Order: sequence, then C-alpha cells, then structure tokens
Amino acid sequence: MITNIVLAAAEATKNPLLPENYDLFWSSVVFVILLTFFWFKVLPGFKKTLDERTEAIEGRLAAAERAQAQVAEKTAEIEKAQENSRAEAASIREAARAEGVAILAELKEQANQEAARITATAKAQIEAERQAALVSLRAEVGTLAIDLASQVVGASLKNDKVASGVVDSFLAELESSEKASKGKGK
Amino acid sequence: MLVTASSSGESDSGFHAPSIDEFYPEIIAFDGTPFALNRIMLIRLIVVAALIILFWLVSNKFKKASVTQNFVPGRFQLMGEIALNFVRSNIAHEQLGKKDGDRFLPLLTTIFFTVFGMNITGIIPGFNIAGTSVIGLPIVLALAAYVTFIYAGVKHHGIKFFKIATVPSGVPAAFLPLVFVIELLSTFILRPVTLALRLTMNMIAGHLLLVLCFSATWFFFFSADGWFKLFGAGTFLFGFVFTLFELLVAFLQAYVFTLLTTVYIQLSLADDH
Repeated sequence: MITNIVLAAAEATKNPLLPENYDLFWSSVVFVILLTFFWFKVLPGFKKTLDERTEAIEGRLAAAERAQAQVAEKTAEIEKAQENSRAEAASIREAARAEGVAILAELKEQANQEAARITATAKAQIEAERQAALVSLRAEVGTLAIDLASQVVGASLKNDKVASGVVDSFLAELESSEKASKGKGK
Repeated sequence: MLVTASSSGESDSGFHAPSIDEFYPEIIAFDGTPFALNRIMLIRLIVVAALIILFWLVSNKFKKASVTQNFVPGRFQLMGEIALNFVRSNIAHEQLGKKDGDRFLPLLTTIFFTVFGMNITGIIPGFNIAGTSVIGLPIVLALAAYVTFIYAGVKHHGIKFFKIATVPSGVPAAFLPLVFVIELLSTFILRPVTLALRLTMNMIAGHLLLVLCFSATWFFFFSADGWFKLFGAGTFLFGFVFTLFELLVAFLQAYVFTLLTTVYIQLSLADDH
C-alpha cells in the first residue's frame, strides 16, 4: 500500500502537458523525415503527374477538335464536288437534248427539201412528157386528119396547098380552143 | 487522485483502470538519453516507415506514369491521388488559392498525414495507442505551424505584419490597448498552444475511454460473478462504438489541425485583419 502510494506520487509528477526530452527528439525526427519525404519525393511527382495529365487531356481534346474540323472540311469539299458534278451532268443532259432537237429539225428540213425536190423533178418530168406527147400528137393528128379527109373527099388533097392551109387553120383553131379551155380549167 | 484510487483498487479486484501512466511505458533502449525509446516512440517510427513505404509506392506509380505517358491512373495510384488531393484541393487551394496553396503544400501535407497516421494507431490492434497522444509530436507540429504562419506574414508584409496582426483597423482608440493584448495573446500564444493541446487531449481522452471500456469488459467477463458478467457485453459494445468513433476522431483531428494551420497562414497573408 505504501509502495503504491509512493509509486503513484512519483507517477503523479508526470505532467502530460510537459514533453520529455526523448519525446521531443523523436517527434522532431519523425517530422523532419516526413516533411523532407513529402516535400522532395512525393509532392513533385504528384504535381508533375497532374500537370502532365492536364496537358495530355488538353492536347487530346485539341487534336480531336482538329480532326473534327478536317473531317468537316473534307465533307464540305465532297459535297461541293458532288454538287458540281450534278450540275455538270444536268447541263450536259440539257445540251444533248437541245442538240437532239436541232438534229431532228435539220433532218426534217432535209427530208422536206428532198421531198420537194423529188416532187418538183417529177412534175417537170411529167410536164416534159406531156409536152412531148402533145407535140407528137399534134404532128400525128395533122396527117391522120388529112388521111381521113382525103379518104372522105377522094384521095386528091395530098400535095395541095389549099389543103395544107385548111389543116393549119384547123389546128390553130384547135389550139386556141384548147388554150381557152385550159384557162377556164385553171 | 485518480491514480491513487485506481492503484489501490487494482490490487484486490484485478481491474486495470486507465491512468496517465499509459502514456509513459517503460523505456526499452537508450534509457536516460535524449533519444530514449519506448513503445510509443517505436510506434511513431513504425508509422513513419509505413507512411514512407505507402507513399513511396504511390510516388513510383507517378514516375512510371510519367515515363510511359500513361495518364489513366490505376486503383492504387488513384487512392494515393485522392488522399493527396484532399489536402491539396480541399484544404490548401480552398483557403489559400492555387499559388499560395502550392507554396505551403509540403508542410500541410506532412502535417495531415503525420497526424492521421499517428492518430490511427490508437485503434489498430497491437499498437492500441496513438503516436500523437504524447505531447511531444503535437508540440513539434504546432511549432512548425507557428513558425510557418509567422514566416508567411513577415515575408508578405515585412515587419508590419506584427502590427497588422495585433492592431486591427477600425477599432476605437479607447479599446485599442485591450484589443492589442487580446490579439497578441490569441495570435501568438493561444494558437500554437490550442493546436497542440486539442490534438493531444483528444487522443489521450480517446485512449482512456477505450482502455476503460475494454478493461471493464475483461473484468466483467473473467472476474465478476454471476449476472454481472452480462455487463461485459454492454461495455464491449461501448468499446466497439468508441473504436469507430476514434476512427472518425483520428481523421477529424488531422483535418482540423491542417485546416487551422492553413487558416492561420491565410490570416497572415490577408491584407487587413
């Protein structure tokens, strides 16, 4: 009991507010070691890592943005090219159509001209043949009529001047009447 | 008084009541020299080793990430980053801004992890006592904070800092002497003293509470008779709850110590009191 009290008295002198020398010593050692460690080893690496990460993220964002801009540019280019080729195709089609129309018109014109030419030639030929027929008919009609009349009046009119005069006047009359009927027919 | 009562009670019941003795375990080596080692000093050195190993590994991850240009942190690296970033963003940058926050970050980081690491041994089985429960370390840390906030003020304002700190503007001349004494006391004496005392006393109280709960549990289970054994369950439950509470206190005290240091530095840098 007495030793207990003495022990307690000795212990009671220990004030938890007053540090022992060894306590302060080891506390300082602990603090200095950890301060040095964090200051020069951990925190620089930490800061570097954060900085590099920020940089990397920003760099990649910028790269992505650049890539996106390039893609947009290319898309616009392609669209423009498409637009151009579409317009070109349309104009070519238009030109072809116009040309086709022109060719058709030309061909029609040529055909018309050809037809007209053929018609004209045919008409001229018919006229010529009619003239020829007329001439030969006129020549034959004279002899035929004289032959006929000679046989009617008696075979003496062949070389007679009177007879040939009668025939000529008859023919002239015939011709003039023919002309008159033709003018009426027109 | 408590000591006498407890030691007299101890002899017959076997109940080990907590006492201030707890914080002065026997010296193991170098007895009588300024670098004597006891259990608590050893615990501190182990905590230092643990902190260095842990953050060395984190630091290696940083280096590796930097060398390989891999900017996606792994799980372990991320944990380290979250811990370091807590001090950096939530305490330093928030109070001091980016520039000054980074300036004082080494001290703040050291204080936070030292206090937390030393506090947490209070609830780690086998250690069972906080490295900060003996006042030496809190005094050293408070001194570091003290020197730093005075350095910050003097560096920023020159010798005028002491006037700014003790003579606030806009106080009627009649009150100035009184205000001066109060400011002098609170800034240059109470700040470091409260920093150290708050931490130590929290750890001492926490440890005593846990010892009380668990030694009572031991007593009820193995020395008490009959129905009294049931009390042991209650004291054990209390001990369990207080252990969780101590975990919170360990973090909270680290946070408070670091935050107050930061605030003191910030006040020193402020242009007006």
